[in-house]
Amino acid sequence: MADYTIKVRRFQPESGEGPYWEQFKVDLEPSLSVLDALLQTKDREDGSLAVRCSCRAAICGSCGMKVNGQSTLGCKTQIGEAQEQANKMVAATGITAAGAGSPVRGEGADAVATGTEADNVIVIEPMGNMPVIKDLVTDMESGHWTKIRRVTPWLLPHGEAPEREYIVEPESMIDITQSMACIQCGACVSSCLSMEADPDFIGPAALAKAYRFVGDPRDAETAERLHDLAEDPHGIYDCTHCFSCIDACPKGVAPMDQIMRLRRKAGEAGIEDPNSGHSHEVAFVKIIEKKGTLDESLLLQESFAPGVKGKLKPSKRAIKEMLGSIPTAIRGIKTGKMRSLPKLIPGVHHKLPEGGQDEVKAIYKHAEEHSEEFNLYIKGEEGELIDEPNIEKGAERATAPDSPEAK
Amino acid sequence: MPTHDVLVIGAGLAGQRAALAAAEEGVSVGIISKVHPVRSHSNAAQGGINAALNPGDSWESHAFDTIKGSDYLGDQDAIEIMTREAPEEILHLEHLGVTFHRNEEGKLGTRAFGGASAARTYYVADITGQAIMHVLYEQLMKYSEQVARYEEWFCTALAMDENNECCGVVTRNVADGSMELFEAKSVILACGGNGQVWKPTTNALICTGDGIAMAYRVGAKLMDMEMIQYHPTTLAGKGFLITEGARGEGAHLLNADGERFMEKYAPNKMELASRDVVSRAEQTEINEGRGFPDGTVALDVTVVPKKRVHEALREIVLVGRDFAGVDITKEPIHIKPGNHYTMGGVKTDVDGRTDIPGLYSAGETACVSVHGGNRLGANSLLDTLIFGRRSGVDAAARAKRTAGSRPSRKVLEDEEAMIADVNSRAKGSGRRVSEIKLELGQTMDAKVAVFRDEAGIQEAIEIVARLKEEAKTAYIDDHGSVFNQDLLGAIELGYMLDNAECTCLAALERKESRGAQYRTDYPDRNDDEWLKHIDLEQTDDGPEISYSEVTITQWEPEARTY
Repeated sequence: MADYTIKVRRFQPESGEGPYWEQFKVDLEPSLSVLDALLQTKDREDGSLAVRCSCRAAICGSCGMKVNGQSTLGCKTQIGEAQEQANKMVAATGITAAGAGSPVRGEGADAVATGTEADNVIVIEPMGNMPVIKDLVTDMESGHWTKIRRVTPWLLPHGEAPEREYIVEPESMIDITQSMACIQCGACVSSCLSMEADPDFIGPAALAKAYRFVGDPRDAETAERLHDLAEDPHGIYDCTHCFSCIDACPKGVAPMDQIMRLRRKAGEAGIEDPNSGHSHEVAFVKIIEKKGTLDESLLLQESFAPGVKGKLKPSKRAIKEMLGSIPTAIRGIKTGKMRSLPKLIPGVHHKLPEGGQDEVKAIYKHAEEHSEEFNLYIKGEEGELIDEPNIEKGAERATAPDSPEAK
Repeated sequence: MPTHDVLVIGAGLAGQRAALAAAEEGVSVGIISKVHPVRSHSNAAQGGINAALNPGDSWESHAFDTIKGSDYLGDQDAIEIMTREAPEEILHLEHLGVTFHRNEEGKLGTRAFGGASAARTYYVADITGQAIMHVLYEQLMKYSEQVARYEEWFCTALAMDENNECCGVVTRNVADGSMELFEAKSVILACGGNGQVWKPTTNALICTGDGIAMAYRVGAKLMDMEMIQYHPTTLAGKGFLITEGARGEGAHLLNADGERFMEKYAPNKMELASRDVVSRAEQTEINEGRGFPDGTVALDVTVVPKKRVHEALREIVLVGRDFAGVDITKEPIHIKPGNHYTMGGVKTDVDGRTDIPGLYSAGETACVSVHGGNRLGANSLLDTLIFGRRSGVDAAARAKRTAGSRPSRKVLEDEEAMIADVNSRAKGSGRRVSEIKLELGQTMDAKVAVFRDEAGIQEAIEIVARLKEEAKTAYIDDHGSVFNQDLLGAIELGYMLDNAECTCLAALERKESRGAQYRTDYPDRNDDEWLKHIDLEQTDDGPEISYSEVTITQWEPEARTY
């Protein structure tokens, strides 16, 4: 047994007061969970501490929360590990994960008030991107469930069902079982940086759910679904590829990977999206293959008006988009992101020195030859399956050659 | 007053299936759940669902395995229905979109499971319950015009009319604490089991026997409440479940001497004998000093090919890693028998009808009985779906032919008074609700578990009676309206105590060993005297025991060996 101090962001809606922090001391085996710490507090000290929970085993998806700023499930985070994480954060930054601002109550609150706080407390907050109802209980309706319903989350087969089962590729079922593993806990939504910037973004959970149907050979509305998700300005191209959802997901669903699969399929289907997301990705891949580093002004031109034809005879939309990018370019110059003249002229970008480009091409070649999906449900745990050097493992993860790991 | 033809309480597999079936009959349906439907405990069913769908298999074989597994306490007419209708239900689920595992031909593939004479378990990795439940919830979203969802509404009591027919339910909206009386022509209780009465348990915190207690309180008969399954492979301490699928894939059970001890207890089926048999074997090894110091034996998954483990047992790889710090692909994991499933429950017929008109029950809340003294692995999902559907259909038919009656507001006022009473108790005026729950759980796990005897059960009865008294003055901290989980916990404690009392009484009554009920003072099965169900009913004089016949169609009881 060991003592831990948890610092919980509380909100009691009927008190008439704003949110505040409260610290509690708990006594637990390090292998027990942050949820166990909260339950012990509820049982022994304060039954009014509200937290949704049920299975305690990362299956029901009730206890989404932030621990030391990281969106996760309370039941899946061991208290000992959370403590180590808190220690590291304090060592690195000198402050706990919780921002200042709200008053602190409970165990050790005086120390906090006088600035003599000694313990590296474990900070527990409600999920982000959702309104808080009470303490750690959030309203998942607007940020999560509305968006799930947005993607028409049910199978749409055509015609009569067969007499027996649908005959499908075994691997196709395993493939979508990865997104089927989603327990709708909302941790990915809580962590999503795009949704913070654009609350209308359909979001990682709902898009992973969408892939579950797009990837399902029994569904007959694949094309309609892809058009819908690609053409919605808050759809698949609204993801900024930040990996937060992959880190947050307690079930290995890797929502961002599902979004990338959707993008790949939309691209393969030749769907033009209003964000020019697909041509942006194609341009990115092409430029890196050619030059090794990013030619940003060429990227702009290639994204909106790709190819020689785009250069010589840009469409009205391309002209409009490029003119619309001028303010961004100006900001780039002002902030020093675009530092030199070549950065402003498409195509004048330097190449990599001394055969560097050959190495890049070798990576591309490897990726093309190994364009197999990296799916944990098929392959097993990451890091165990490929006895190849690291660089090759990296290429394996980059999946198909037409979808670079950036936007 | 919200009014529906059919009102389903509980939104796990049985409840959702019932709601969808009733809606298909064209009646107005409401489904109420104290948690969001996808949080329901059907999620936790990992291994799969049984059906005799392969050409070489037969429903008779599935039925016989189930009957033998039940130690001949299952009703054979109900088991025949369940096993005959199983294949069609699997295909229905497949058509709705469940991502069942496929064989190389792209057809539905199976795995082996305990107590079964053929590999007839259909599965989605080891998230079968979750996968099916999320697909049913997809359908609920699709048919939201036909099925009204009341998510995070807590039921406190059933409403009865003057003819003693069920006509509604009293609920509390968890979000704001408002109380509401719902009116319905048919009410289906599908609230899951009562695992939280034991500690530890594989069951979720929400499994507090609400449906069983609510039915009991309005006079419905309960049946075979002594039959509580202890699952052979749970993690020590927290009680987390390791799927039987692990043994289905070939994992071994070892004692501390490294001996594959099932050879002694079930030489033919080994690790895949019925759960009661395996749990008793483990407990015997542990009791006789051949277990590990932490009171466990070991499950060795390393004998299963690694690729297969990652493909088919992924969830328990995570459970081992996250909750026991063990990589099950590299070393054996310590396990022990743990509380898992309520075979008994609200007595129903094969259409989910209880003996109270208008009141139905399905799934773990109900006792049809298809599981008798011991449920086979992968039969619980099947039970929820088959009898969920049948209840939904019959409840809709009843709604169509009855006028219905308005529930009296008195039941609502009574419930409001009950809540006011709980809220009025000052801090320190009695024990904390959580303390009573803990004592209850530890008592039941010590006295009414794998091995039982008269003295132990008697002790448990006395403790439960005392706890019932203490619960009357137990206090809570939260007196608010919004998301007051403390208050709901106090109401759940009442449900749990009713469940505990009934289980103890039935366990004391059955003076033989059958299925999950093993009496060290009556170690043999006694068909002459005890091949019968124990029914329990609340009367003005307290709980009353009666008996009912076990239905036998074509399988006469035989000695049970694996």
